Order: sequence, then C-alpha cells, then structure tokens
Amino acid sequence: MIALYIVTGGALVVSFLFDPTKTLMGLKKGWMKFYKTLPNYLFLLMLISLILLVSEDFIIENLGQENVFLGVLFSLGIGSVTMMPGFIAYPLSRILLERGVPYMVITAFVTSLMLVGVVTYPLEKAYMGRKATILRNIMSFLVAAGISLIAGILYGEIV
Amino acid sequence: MTKSTRNYLIFGAFLIFSLVSWIVEYDFGLAIWDNFLVFAIDMVLILPPAFILIGLFDVWAKNETIEKHFGKTNNPMRFIYSILLASTTVGGTFVAFPVANALYHKGAKYSSIFTYVTAASLFMIPMTIMEASILGLKFTSIRLLASIPFIVIGAILLEKYFEKTGYQLPTVND
Repeated sequence: MIALYIVTGGALVVSFLFDPTKTLMGLKKGWMKFYKTLPNYLFLLMLISLILLVSEDFIIENLGQENVFLGVLFSLGIGSVTMMPGFIAYPLSRILLERGVPYMVITAFVTSLMLVGVVTYPLEKAYMGRKATILRNIMSFLVAAGISLIAGILYGEIV
Repeated sequence: MTKSTRNYLIFGAFLIFSLVSWIVEYDFGLAIWDNFLVFAIDMVLILPPAFILIGLFDVWAKNETIEKHFGKTNNPMRFIYSILLASTTVGGTFVAFPVANALYHKGAKYSSIFTYVTAASLFMIPMTIMEASILGLKFTSIRLLASIPFIVIGAILLEKYFEKTGYQLPTVND
C-alpha cells in the first residue's frame, strides 16, 4: 500500500517535470474514469458486505463434505458467488483445514474466490463487455477446477 | 435515470438504512455496515492513486511500446510481461479491469489482457505472502505453479474465439 503511494507520487513528479500539460491531461483522464466507475464500486461493496455476512457459517458447514468431489464442487460454487478479502478468507481456510477439510477443497475455494467474480459482474462488464466477462468467468471456473485437481493429486488426496 | 444515478440512489438508501440501524440498534444492519467499512477503507486508500496511475499511463504509454510487449507480434514473452505486471498490481481485479481496458486500447492482444486480468487476481504479491504465512508455503507454491499453464491456455483459447468473431472491448473514457 505504501509502495503504491510512493510509486504514484514518484510518477507524478517525474511526469510533471517532463510535461506539465500532459500530466494535467492524465490526471483529468484518471479522474473521469474514477468518477464514472465510483457508483459501481459503491454498489458492489454494499452487495459484498451483505453476502459476506450471511455466507460465513454456511461456508464452514458445507465445505466439510464427506465426498471430496462434492466438497470441491461446493467450494467452487461458493467461491464463485462470494468475495472476501484475504485476511478473512485465509484464516477461514485455516479453520477448515484444521477441521479436516482436504487441501483440494481449500484450493478450489481460494482459487475460485479470487478468479471467478459473480458479484463483480457489473464492474467487469463496464470494462470488458458482456461477452468477454461471461466467457472469462466460465474459463476461470474451469481453471479453478483444474488447479484444485492438481493440488488434490500433489497432496495425494485422490489417486 | 442513468445507471450511475440509480447506483447513487441505492447507495443513499443504504446510508439511511445504516443510520437508522445505528439509531434503533438493529444488529443485522450494523453488521453489514461494519463489513462495508472494512472494504471501503481499503478502496478509499487504493483507488485514487490507482486511477492517477491509469491516467498517467494513458497519456504517456506509447502505443508502439505496448504493442511490442503485449501485442501484435506472437512473442511468447508477452505472457511473462503480463504476469509480471499483474503481480505488482495493487487492488486486484478492481484495478486490473480498468488497466486491462487501457492496455487493450493501446494495442495489446486479447491473450495478454486475459492473462493479465486472471493473473492479477491470483498472483498479487502482498496477498500471496499473507497466504503463504497462513496456509503454508507448499500450498501457495502449488497453487501458483499449477495455475500458470491453465491461465495461458485459457487466455489463448479466448483470444482465438474473440479474434474470429471480431469482438471489441468497450471504450471507457470521458
């Protein structure tokens, strides 16, 4: 986070020294983009706050399936529709691991959480278009399934 | 009513709902607000510098440079550049989408921007460090290494399809 500010500050200073008008133009462009997407971000954060609240217990209950593949499917599904910051997702995964949930299921959960964004759909659509958004998310879902399969093999949880 | 006005109105309603929850001590409403604050503080800190950088990138980055590293030539190095750029992107997909859009309009190939967006959510350095410290280095290494081939193959497949159908990303600008 601090690095981001240092980089931004440095870039601004350098840019300004080279060409003040161009820098102002860049700032204006950045501001326009920010202004256009801000309501999207706010709406999204509201939605996520609500989903996160109702999902935490549900996740703990449903990821610890007897059947590993069923557990993976559940994780992929839950991971796709929810969104949470790392400092919640990782401790939650730690709890699940300690309760005997296989690594394969955890991988599916963590990966789909990061990759597939059902709630970020409106934001992604604004920048990537509808078709690219849908296809990218389907592709990411499959990628998440593939990664968890490899993790399952490497951890010796499936033969 | 435009989409942004609608979203602002919904957000206004949310603020009122939270305020009322606070007055009547409605626990469910307060819990949502607490969650919202956690995310919002992050966003407030990340978004302004991120959008300043995106704006500067827009005026300074030359189309030829982007094309050379992320674009038209079939240089496989573009996947490595995309992943490197992604791992240093702070703010995950929230920031990656606008950056990907900017890259596209500067002449980057589809496979580069899809690799970039996907990798941005999986490879962020601060998050990876946190993950390794909580879930173990083995877990993190497996997750990262296993994902590279899938990301690249997926990105290439999407590019094939989009080039065939002549798809274009929307223009987001003033």
